Amino acid sequence: MKEKFNIITSTCVPLATENIDTDQIIPARFLKATSRDDFGKNLFYDQRFDAEGNPIPGFPLNDSRYSGKILVAGKNFGCGSSREHAAWAIHDYGFRVVISSFFADIHRANELNNFLLPVTVSEPFLFALLDKVTAEPATEVTVDLPSQTVSCPTLNLSEKFDIDPYKKYCLINGLDDVDFLLSKIDDIKAFEKSHS
Amino acid sequence: MNTLFDKIWDAHVVNRIEGGTFQLYIDRLYCHEVTSPQAFDAIRKRGIGIFRREKIICTPDHNIPTLHQDLPIADPVSKNQVDALSRNATDFNLTYYPIGDPHNGIIHVMGPEYGYTLPGMTIVCGDSHTSTHGAFGAIAFGIGTSEVEMVMASQCLLQTKPKTMRITVDGTLGKGVTAKDVALYIISQLSTSGATGYFVEYAGEVFRSMSMEGRMTVCNMSIEMGARGGMVAPDEVTIEYCKDREFLPKDTDYNTLAEKWLSLRSDDDAVFDKEIHFDAEDIKPRITFGTNPGMGIAIDEVIPAAPSEEKARASFEKAINYMQFGEGEKLVGKPVDYVFLGSCTNGRIEDFRAFASIIKGRKKAEGVTVWLVPGSKAVERQIIAEGIDKIISDAGMQLRQPGCSACLAMNEDKVPEGKLCISTSNRNFEGRQGPGARTILASPLTAAAAAVTGKITDPRSL
Repeated sequence: MKEKFNIITSTCVPLATENIDTDQIIPARFLKATSRDDFGKNLFYDQRFDAEGNPIPGFPLNDSRYSGKILVAGKNFGCGSSREHAAWAIHDYGFRVVISSFFADIHRANELNNFLLPVTVSEPFLFALLDKVTAEPATEVTVDLPSQTVSCPTLNLSEKFDIDPYKKYCLINGLDDVDFLLSKIDDIKAFEKSHS
Repeated sequence: MNTLFDKIWDAHVVNRIEGGTFQLYIDRLYCHEVTSPQAFDAIRKRGIGIFRREKIICTPDHNIPTLHQDLPIADPVSKNQVDALSRNATDFNLTYYPIGDPHNGIIHVMGPEYGYTLPGMTIVCGDSHTSTHGAFGAIAFGIGTSEVEMVMASQCLLQTKPKTMRITVDGTLGKGVTAKDVALYIISQLSTSGATGYFVEYAGEVFRSMSMEGRMTVCNMSIEMGARGGMVAPDEVTIEYCKDREFLPKDTDYNTLAEKWLSLRSDDDAVFDKEIHFDAEDIKPRITFGTNPGMGIAIDEVIPAAPSEEKARASFEKAINYMQFGEGEKLVGKPVDYVFLGSCTNGRIEDFRAFASIIKGRKKAEGVTVWLVPGSKAVERQIIAEGIDKIISDAGMQLRQPGCSACLAMNEDKVPEGKLCISTSNRNFEGRQGPGARTILASPLTAAAAAVTGKITDPRSL
């Protein structure tokens, strides 16, 4: 899944609910696969589909007005289980950015490890964006990783966002942590020797 | 002037990378079948081996049936995932305890039982409830599958250092108030995200006088307020629990280990990023009313009014509607359909003792389905040794076999749509116990009270 991340401009899908947990993102019964592929079709399954598998009208992912590479979600996104399947499902569905005012720690790390960018914005920015995108689905948002800015020209709003410099470097260059750690094996052996 | 967390963290830093990232050495990796297969595949794809095979312990728990474990798993997809763990453990020559093995159990229950979890360690698993192991004075936290792969490849992780929070609860818990109630109380005070970004140390008389089982329950639930983990400094209770565990380090005598472990504590002048105090007297038996563990009340309280802010209000109402409850409603006396005792939160021997103390001499209420699932084979053996199985059968209930079971319903133990379940597990999320299932989190005592009355009942009234 290695890819390089730079600047993304896209329309958004709004999901205003707060405290969206990873059980909602991908229910546990879909975690039985042994590969990383095809989780997108089960993203938000129990909110998207009824017991007969018919789409539930009104859920934003079922609303043809909304599409794009950016998911805008209520605060405390991704709380609960550590399942990386949640990040795989969001990425496989086609999203590359999740914007929220607050992310749960483990899920945030899982997104970063899958080249899915979590962008933390202020609550006023989030609320304004959710309202705008909901009302006007054609609204475009630009997420610029190199300059760490997220902007919505039609709202005349722009904000800087934080990202760990090491993670930013990895995303822009398409590198992952295992590559880095394997280059440090001698240090690890020395550490083990000095701590045994 | 260091915290316990700082001391253990600092002792495991291999390198400091630019910015705030640390290369952290990991002493123990636990693997279950759900979050490991893609990591094993990635290791194969890279053409590398596992760096420190002796530091990895594998056992299946999420998918396994809780009846007829001697038979093959009926669900082919679950079976495939469990078989994959078995195959991977064999291929990479890892310690593996299959279904039915005397060591098998929920990984967070079985690990401590055999001395795989010890004070001062760094412990990870592809499972958010890895925080359980912090009860021993360890840094233990859940990770994603990509991170599982990192540990397999290098026994290290790249992590930013969390902030530290100390939660002190002084005083003595009242009758009928358990470790679970303490955890649910703290989470309801801090909210489901109140400790995100923090690693918590639990301090004060309440935790000092708790058993290791109780401490594990509290540390287990740390993630439910967003914390990466929670910990309790080792003391004589810890030393007594760890003594004679099967896989203790063989090369050091126990007194030397104990001495080292007892020195693991926050300095008197340690500074935490955040300090929070609660009084034991304020904690009553707790239940949840919504769809995250922070939405909780004392059992005799009513459901609070929705928050005024528009978006928070919408989320609150969505939760209450899902639960088919209303603002201002009292929950005591409501009929329940299911009772679940078990999980890595409350599947230990002490939880079964507590449950038995209420149901002894009583009968299961009509119309209630009761699932009693030990956390491990060792817990199951102890239940039988203490005659608790007899109390269970006399009450018209059945003891099942160990596994994660209805905590997340990956096996067949699913609560049907719309049914209300009093559960000793850790999460009341929408659909957590099955699509459309409604979950109320509670202690083993409160679960037992519901099992014999068929209603939400204050255990102190029995």
